[in-house]
Amino acid sequence: MNGAAGRWLREHLVLMLGLLVLVYTFVPIAVVVLMSFNAPRGRNAVYQFNGFTLDNWLNPCADADLCSALGVSIRVGLLATVVATALGTLAAFALVRHDFAGRSASNVLIFLPMAAPEIVMGSSLLALFVSAGFAGQLGFWTILIAHVMFCLSFVVVTVRSRLAGMDDTLEQAAMDLYATPLQTFLRVTLPLVFPGILGAALLSFSLSFDDFIVTNLNSGSTVTFPMFVYGAAQRGVPMQVNVIGTLMFVVSIVIVVASELNNRRRSRALT
Amino acid sequence: MSDTERRRGKVGYLLLLPAVLWLGLFFVVPFYSLLATSLFDQSGSDFRGYEMDYAFGNYVDVLRDYWQPLVRSLLYGAIATAICLVLGYVLAYAIAFKAGRWKNLMLVLVIAPFFTSFLIRTLSWKLILSDDGFIVNVLQAVHLLGDDGRLLATPVAVVAGLTYNFLPFMVLPLFASIDKIDHRLIEASGDLYAHPVVGFFKVTWPLSLPGVVSGTLLTFIPAVGDYINAQLLGSTNQRVIGSVIESQFTDANNYPVAAALSMVLMALIVVMVLVYVRRAGTEELL
Repeated sequence: MNGAAGRWLREHLVLMLGLLVLVYTFVPIAVVVLMSFNAPRGRNAVYQFNGFTLDNWLNPCADADLCSALGVSIRVGLLATVVATALGTLAAFALVRHDFAGRSASNVLIFLPMAAPEIVMGSSLLALFVSAGFAGQLGFWTILIAHVMFCLSFVVVTVRSRLAGMDDTLEQAAMDLYATPLQTFLRVTLPLVFPGILGAALLSFSLSFDDFIVTNLNSGSTVTFPMFVYGAAQRGVPMQVNVIGTLMFVVSIVIVVASELNNRRRSRALT
Repeated sequence: MSDTERRRGKVGYLLLLPAVLWLGLFFVVPFYSLLATSLFDQSGSDFRGYEMDYAFGNYVDVLRDYWQPLVRSLLYGAIATAICLVLGYVLAYAIAFKAGRWKNLMLVLVIAPFFTSFLIRTLSWKLILSDDGFIVNVLQAVHLLGDDGRLLATPVAVVAGLTYNFLPFMVLPLFASIDKIDHRLIEASGDLYAHPVVGFFKVTWPLSLPGVVSGTLLTFIPAVGDYINAQLLGSTNQRVIGSVIESQFTDANNYPVAAALSMVLMALIVVMVLVYVRRAGTEELL
């Protein structure tokens, strides 16, 4: 390759390829958004575009099972997020700020659930519930227990990295100015760690909301949103599923962009 | 963190206790239950209860009956991981070295598609790869695929789905590693007349190995256990191990067999990971 064009191409080849991969990751999303405007025509026509309509967006709950499953997922997600974020944040403080025998063992224990395959975690939890005599009571609460379990590690890791990257001069300054430990914690430490905690909470919610494999094994007759989609996939999903998918995408983008903007404003205010 | 004193004393334990209890009770203890269940007599049922008779024969049954899905899952996982590594490396490299001030934006864009539900994304692939879809038509037109050839219900579709769904698990650790590489080292290799390709394999690649190892593990482990892609995109007579385990629990109600299969899968993964990490020479990572 010679000349300016050749050089330009060589300079930018990797970037072009990278952008191509990025575009590829968005293809299915584009399909989901498109299909959310698809007019349904009978059970067999759900895998092709039949014409534009807003009906799916106007009646997202046309399929009552879909919305009740969605409700279950949101309730489980919120509760699991609160519990996992609380327990995980405490643990992260313990691991970063305190020294005790068994610290490294605890770090390993927290790492393991992130590395274990879901099908193994799910089946061992089911084995536990059944041998403890809860085979008949599988449902909301067993799902919740499972979700808190696999969200916890992610919370600890997220908050821990925020805490570890934080230097403690501000806290020392507060103490020097006679703030009590509680005041220091509430006014200085907590606001500084908060972005980490918020990130961990968002991560928990999306992990919980999206989980299928562990949930499916421990749910009894309770149906979460991913389980509804899985069940419906055999006979053709209602188009409203694509509405929910699009909404999830849009809401997460808004949250990410808002937090990024907020970060920039803050860092500008600081400098 | 080195400059902050770590406090000693009981408070640390108190803060850690709830999380450790939860994980102990619902992550560690269940492994014992799984092990025990895998040795139960197969003639019981989940409501009547099972008899413990140290039925190690369950493992023999399981390996004899289900070695095919087991091998298939490991194969699908390995191929998907390899493709993810290639795609993910290009993307992570582009973001770390070529994106300039768009770095943060591109990172967000990497994760963004994966905020939509895993199942919805996978169903979307079912549509893209469908029999009269664009891709199949093109492949038929250029005769890569026979006139009645299809992608759905083939291993190709399953691997494509796995590759897509686990790509961010590859990109993020790779990015973290590549981003840390000191650019001057790569320039130095160029100054010493190394061809850029040689420079890449002698400098960039070895320095990014920690990311390669953690990325491949984070992709391979969930990909092997996954059965959603195989179920939605694959053929019903080419089952993967995850779906066998699931149906042994829920449909066949044969808990001992399902538990033994889970144990075998777990053991295989642990052994493969240990061998792999030792080979890659990055034991300090774990």
